[in-house]
Amino acid sequence: MIEIDSLTKQYGAATVVDAVSMSIASGSITVVVGTSGSGKSTLLRMINRLVEPTSGRVVIDGRDTATAPGHQLRRHIGYAIQGHGLFPHRTVAENIATVPRLLGWEAARVRARVEELLRIFQLEPGEYAAKFPHQLSGGQQQRVGVARALAAEPGVLLMDEPFGALDPIIRGQAQDDLRDIQRRFGTTVVLVTHDMDEAFRLGDRVAVMTRGRLLQYDRPAMLLKHPADPFVSRLTGTSDRSLKLLSLTTAAQAAEPGAADGPVVAAEASLRDVLSELVWSGAADAKVRRADGTLAGRVTLAGILALGRAD
Amino acid sequence: MARPATLLRFAAFALLVAFLAVPQRFAPLFVPFTEYGAPPIYDQGSLPVLALAHLGTVFVAAAASTIVAVGLGVLVTRASGAEFLPLSRTLVNIGQTFPPVAVLAIAVPLVGFGETPTLIALFAYGLLPVFENTITGLQSCPPAVLEAADGMGMSAWQRLTGVEMPLAMPMILEGIRLSLVVNVGTATIGSTVAAKGLGEVIIAGLLSNNTAFILQGGLVTGLMAILLYEAMAALERRILRAAHVA
Repeated sequence: MIEIDSLTKQYGAATVVDAVSMSIASGSITVVVGTSGSGKSTLLRMINRLVEPTSGRVVIDGRDTATAPGHQLRRHIGYAIQGHGLFPHRTVAENIATVPRLLGWEAARVRARVEELLRIFQLEPGEYAAKFPHQLSGGQQQRVGVARALAAEPGVLLMDEPFGALDPIIRGQAQDDLRDIQRRFGTTVVLVTHDMDEAFRLGDRVAVMTRGRLLQYDRPAMLLKHPADPFVSRLTGTSDRSLKLLSLTTAAQAAEPGAADGPVVAAEASLRDVLSELVWSGAADAKVRRADGTLAGRVTLAGILALGRAD
Repeated sequence: MARPATLLRFAAFALLVAFLAVPQRFAPLFVPFTEYGAPPIYDQGSLPVLALAHLGTVFVAAAASTIVAVGLGVLVTRASGAEFLPLSRTLVNIGQTFPPVAVLAIAVPLVGFGETPTLIALFAYGLLPVFENTITGLQSCPPAVLEAADGMGMSAWQRLTGVEMPLAMPMILEGIRLSLVVNVGTATIGSTVAAKGLGEVIIAGLLSNNTAFILQGGLVTGLMAILLYEAMAALERRILRAAHVA
């Protein structure tokens, strides 16, 4: 649980973050989205005190972050950034071991953790542990950057445009991986991006910022259905908002009992993709099949259309 | 097969060692540069001893320049020391532009004749390349890497020693190499204030109008400078390979 309480940052006369308050639930992904200069990165960097707040406070799991020295606080908060920032003179294993070593873990525990993380991030330890960052592809570097951020098992992971430097295909894969890993470890993730699609794809909740102020902080569907401000609807885009809304629900969530004549769709497919499939095949309904092969029910064209409607 | 450059380096080294070990064997080569039966080979002291004393002076001065210049370079690249950057740069530049001979002239009345004024002159002369390269090296660390170091929870000292210095090391070593090589030549002027070194050979030649002595002093100094440059370059490559920053 992260409590942000009227957090403000001023540089001279300029107020970069203006009395932002929000409460972030443990084990969730919160995406802070905004245009450049909106103060979203500064807000993130005040959580681990890379930027010292002018006023206000941050409380993580009941502890005020101002009570410990900044660098000691940061050893217990994961941090991943755009362009990964890997240490070029250290191997992949040494990079990942950075924070555990700072915390004085025993060598055997560090080694075991590094191997575990390499496996989780699909980097075979025997092949990749001794490599240097420049020998990896962009996607691999990014994975090592996230692995390094998670090395000391932090409860909170802060990410500043972590996928910004990746091409679209690798970015989608990295987003899926983040989702899996977040579920696996139950980490509380706060991610900053300017990419609204990324925000909808990852965020349990999305915070929209502009000119230092928090305009709206809510579930993605609420941002689409009830934007608090014209800026929010401009940012989310109104032309395809029904489709965006459908992309937030999976076929499994929308499945209803009954038989269908149409095509088979995967349970984790979004309704947007199911709709596309129905339009493509000319069918009025589809069977929803779970990963284990059993049927979860059906979704109908009318049902999908109802879910994409403003209420 | 050895490359021509390697062969050339080896030849230069062999020539230097041979000349320092048995200078009299080279006498026939230097006879044409003498007049009135003057000795063709320097005979007022041991050439190997002078060469070692010369190198010793250069290394002591370079060590002092390196410690001060790197320390100053680190200080002025910290947020708290940034305001001293213009002042430090001015001081170090004066050290380079002020002629070493003039430094000697000022230092001798204060500290007397001998090694000390020479060390002062070489120290001041050698600061600039190390200082500027330290600053360039530290300032060219990628911002994302420094941001990550801070974000991981490194203290300022851990970041400096674990990340910034290793990444700046190629530049710093290059500065030390420049400083050393320039000072091998410059150190010859120390002999004007009675510091032991190869300048003695050159000065003896000038005083007795013996061109052979001047050539010997110049050649040995030049060969040492070239070989030192090559040795430092090789040492740098070895250090950087070990530290994986090359």
